[in-house]
Amino acid sequence: MAEILEINDLSFRYPDSPRHAVASFDLAIPGGEIVVLAGPSGCGKSTLLRAVNGLIPHMYSGDYHGDVKVDGVSVKDATMRELAQKVGFLFQNPENQIFMFTVERDIAFGLENLGIARAEMRERVDEAMRLLGIGDLALRAPHELSDGQKQRVALAGVLAMRPRLVILDEPTSLLDPKTAAELVGLVAKLREGLGTTFLVVEHRLDLLVQVADRIVVMNEGRKVLEGPPRDVLFGDEAEAYGVAVPAVTRVQKMLARDGVPLRRELMSPAELAAEVGGMS
Amino acid sequence: MIELKDVTFIHQNGVKALDGVSLRIESGETVGIVGENGAGKTTLVKHVTGLLKPSSGTVLVDGQDTRGTSTAALSRKVGVAFQNPDHQLFSESVEEEMAFALRNFGFSPELVENRVAWGLKMFGLEEYRKSSPLVLSGGEKKRLTLACILAWDPEVVILDEPTVGQDSIQKEKLAGTIRMLRSAGKTVVVVSHDIEFLWPVQPRVVVMKAGRIVGDGPASTLMLNGSLLDSARVAQPQLVSFYQALRKRPNQPFVDPLEARRWLEGESARQ
Repeated sequence: MAEILEINDLSFRYPDSPRHAVASFDLAIPGGEIVVLAGPSGCGKSTLLRAVNGLIPHMYSGDYHGDVKVDGVSVKDATMRELAQKVGFLFQNPENQIFMFTVERDIAFGLENLGIARAEMRERVDEAMRLLGIGDLALRAPHELSDGQKQRVALAGVLAMRPRLVILDEPTSLLDPKTAAELVGLVAKLREGLGTTFLVVEHRLDLLVQVADRIVVMNEGRKVLEGPPRDVLFGDEAEAYGVAVPAVTRVQKMLARDGVPLRRELMSPAELAAEVGGMS
Repeated sequence: MIELKDVTFIHQNGVKALDGVSLRIESGETVGIVGENGAGKTTLVKHVTGLLKPSSGTVLVDGQDTRGTSTAALSRKVGVAFQNPDHQLFSESVEEEMAFALRNFGFSPELVENRVAWGLKMFGLEEYRKSSPLVLSGGEKKRLTLACILAWDPEVVILDEPTVGQDSIQKEKLAGTIRMLRSAGKTVVVVSHDIEFLWPVQPRVVVMKAGRIVGDGPASTLMLNGSLLDSARVAQPQLVSFYQALRKRPNQPFVDPLEARRWLEGESARQ
């Protein structure tokens, strides 16, 4: 099966910067995966995302080497219009991307820009609202909604474009813990239902590791770790790169290192308690 | 140091953002404010800084009613780093950003220079001294706003969602900064959804829901109240869930992973 995202030896340097923001970066993501991109602040994550959604090189100039392909199309050769239909981008703060007077108009905004026919637009907007469970909000004003609802509206606008790849930039950081858990559940559901691929930048991993297929860790523009969440979090290097290893996983790692026989799987607090509770 | 007496705040559109809130924070306390999106946490903070005045009730900061005190006078006592750093960064360079408030407060040029150097070093921003704040990453901007505030040494430091965009190493440093402020006798108020960050700091925790305070107590007892947290859409820290799921357990929940390991080791040795 073809890769949805293929990054080959990508390097990028901003015009006035002495060093490369992304350096010799390779990544291949097959369709339907949820991939977490982590790493210390300033490590090049945002630059990498811009190179995937086309802002680099179409809006930001600089020293560009290598290639990024989304759904088989080379980003540097594609038009922004083509890319808008392949890559969806959800900003950290939904206020940055919702601004119309009603929820449904907001969701339709991207489609209107593409000149999609009215009937199809209606169908896609309804589908997106149904997927996110916000049909009852269709005629509400976005600014009256709660933060969790705004996040859903913004994501509906992204999904209405029917992208193969959706990028989420710290999607849970402004949400309360329960709303954050609901969003992560929704991402898993959309992956199952639509086969959408998700690339998620996130520092808070306690929720995401339950649904992610892979964690990629960047440092100083380079890829330094890549693997299933279990392998990355159980390894010794993740913490050194600023990856937030969940507290219970840290206990599990210490116990395993002390020779306590434990399953080598990421465990929830209750699962770990059950294992060590039955230790004697 | 901070006292809200039966404070109600009604927005122009009629929405009641605070509904009869009474809260007293003593000098030197570290307080975490948690609760669902829209519960009124940021509105409460804006009342302490004097940016908002109550529709009814009274807010006292250091004994002074915020209604009769200018925001400028209050800001000398209360430093706040808002959720979105873009709302408070405006200078041409990072060092200028830090120096701005200090000069406004009448610090001598020498002191301004020293404080700026201290802040840039403390928050790992030295390499950006001459850069525009706009080129910083989201996490770096957050650190800059914090550096700016701490530089003028206010009695009360308020941090609204300080961990957004911060990796775990920066969060660890931030927790260290809060502990340092606490040992210096400062009053620290942290508004955060990041329960895993708050837990090891062990603050007094205030839980808000729909404009009201529904829980208030030390983290070590309040975080055990799963049904209260659930109703306010707050999660339990992982180590608390782990502690409560153990069949046999110590009297107090584990504050950090090392403590859990030590106790479990002791247990297996006793068997």
